[in-house]
Amino acid sequence: MTKASTRADFEVIAGWVQPGETVLDLGCGDGALLKLLQEQRGARGWGVEIDPARVLAAVRHGINVIQSDLEEGLAGFEDGAFDHVVLSRTLQTMRHTQRILTEMLRVGREAVVSFPNFAFWKNRMAVMQGRMPVSDDLPYEWYDTPNLRFFSIDDFEVLAAEIGLNVRERRVLDDRGQPVSEEANFLGSLAVYRLAGASR
Amino acid sequence: MIRGNAEESRVQKDAKDAQFAAVAAEHYVCVERRLAASAGSARTGQASLGAAMEVPPQVGVGVVESKVARFGAPLMLRSGFTLPGFELVYETYGELNADRSNAILVCHALSGSHHVAGYYAGQPKSQGWWDNIVGPGRPLDSERFFIVGVNNLGGCHGSTGPRSIDPATGQPWGSRFPVVTVEDWVEAQARLADHLGIAQWAAVIGGSLGGMQALQWTIQYPDRLRHALVIAAAPNLTAANIAFNEVARQAILSDPDYALGHKPRHGLRLARMLGHITYLSDDQMALKFGRRRRADAGSFGFGIEFEIESYLNYQGDRFAESFDADTYLRMTRALDYFDPAAATGGDLAAALTPARADFLVVAFSSDWRFSPARSREIVNALIRNRRNVSYAEIASRHGHDSFLLADAQYHAIVAAYLQRTRT
Repeated sequence: MTKASTRADFEVIAGWVQPGETVLDLGCGDGALLKLLQEQRGARGWGVEIDPARVLAAVRHGINVIQSDLEEGLAGFEDGAFDHVVLSRTLQTMRHTQRILTEMLRVGREAVVSFPNFAFWKNRMAVMQGRMPVSDDLPYEWYDTPNLRFFSIDDFEVLAAEIGLNVRERRVLDDRGQPVSEEANFLGSLAVYRLAGASR
Repeated sequence: MIRGNAEESRVQKDAKDAQFAAVAAEHYVCVERRLAASAGSARTGQASLGAAMEVPPQVGVGVVESKVARFGAPLMLRSGFTLPGFELVYETYGELNADRSNAILVCHALSGSHHVAGYYAGQPKSQGWWDNIVGPGRPLDSERFFIVGVNNLGGCHGSTGPRSIDPATGQPWGSRFPVVTVEDWVEAQARLADHLGIAQWAAVIGGSLGGMQALQWTIQYPDRLRHALVIAAAPNLTAANIAFNEVARQAILSDPDYALGHKPRHGLRLARMLGHITYLSDDQMALKFGRRRRADAGSFGFGIEFEIESYLNYQGDRFAESFDADTYLRMTRALDYFDPAAATGGDLAAALTPARADFLVVAFSSDWRFSPARSREIVNALIRNRRNVSYAEIASRHGHDSFLLADAQYHAIVAAYLQRTRT
């Protein structure tokens, strides 16, 4: 399983899930988050994963995993099928950014999205010094990163407003997993959002 | 972790493609061996054919024997017909544990049988049709599970069917044998479970029509299985699938020999040739046969010139020798009729409401007869019912036949799923 220390957002997400609620975890990997939500929160969970090795790992861990490509949307899932739809550290790897966000709120009552903040001060420092940032939250070199979209907390909030996402809660963590309360776009390494549709 | 990086997945895909090409190249021989033994042959993904042939049969379950269970109580079929009693021929692999909790039922598809694994004494080529997945250390691990294979009612491998004697007439049933359904099979299989003292299966598994039986078990006897493994299946047949079945049946029914009460060899042959085309994928056929011709090609006549023609005719001949036409008619009809959601106005989730089992659903990317989208219908209905379900879509070029082959990812998924199964 993924080390808990590298997944500070899991604890935040766990706090938003109530016992008995259903969770769809998009890009669930080996199922570490769902395992946590099931064991600590008594949630019912299913994951979506495209990579065969990770699907196998999830099955090994006894996690419900559905092998499917997120880039093709969530067409297989019915409207309002889940209490929470989670996209943990995956939004920045997706081509169809807006579509996945609206799809999440179609199949889920709530969407939970976490992503690395490219405008975190250490990332800015790295760029000032002439290099692309590499950190626990951005653990890749420029040439092997799966990340396609480079955006900040402020960027995300502009998009959220434009496409009518209602931000119900936001938690920002620094690179040690500690909460950040001020100057989030400068001091935050990872952002976790709890979103609902605008009409709610 | 974050989604796979593109380069890594491309490299994996290339490696996988190479592996599939190797398997596909051998598949022609593999399928012939399988049918030559009138059953599936054990294949491992990367072994060369020579190496596979040298593998001693005892790496699987070894020598097996068929058994017969007799049931005296009448069985009322869905058609309204009542069978006065019946026999089921079956095989078992592994040992039933003390609390009888480690039993797995393997349901066969259209042309399968109770002979799932192992071989018969003195017949080293008589390997079971799904030998590659059953045995010590294999996904259906016979050192851990007690695995049961059964020939379905209406079959032609020893269970009561068209070749059996009708006690009322003292003659074989032949074409008078009733049409049987997936529900009837589950009913008969439940009686076999009673006979073996198995109150609850650890798992029921099947591919294609066998997967439909596994699915039906969860509706018909929800408390009698803990897991259902539904592979290369569908919640019902599409119109195109029923159409293929109808052409196959017409091939048999329109064979003059059939009307005369003789074996309709030509009809069976055509039925199998048609079926075989649909079990493969276009890609795989191109890879295996392409436009290759035999040495005597170019006659400007209608003999067998292309390799694909040779292959299909060979398959048709083998099948016509070994299989029963009346069984074939009934198996295809059972496929057509299967539609659990028909009783709930087309709502599959409603039909699956009774289900209590956990599910593994597996589909294969190139399977156009039982496409991944059809498996997803099952998955979505189960999620709607909040059942535990995992779904694997295996990248494969081998069409519907993929479920019989030993793809590494496919077998790893089944093995991993069953390893977590409590016994």
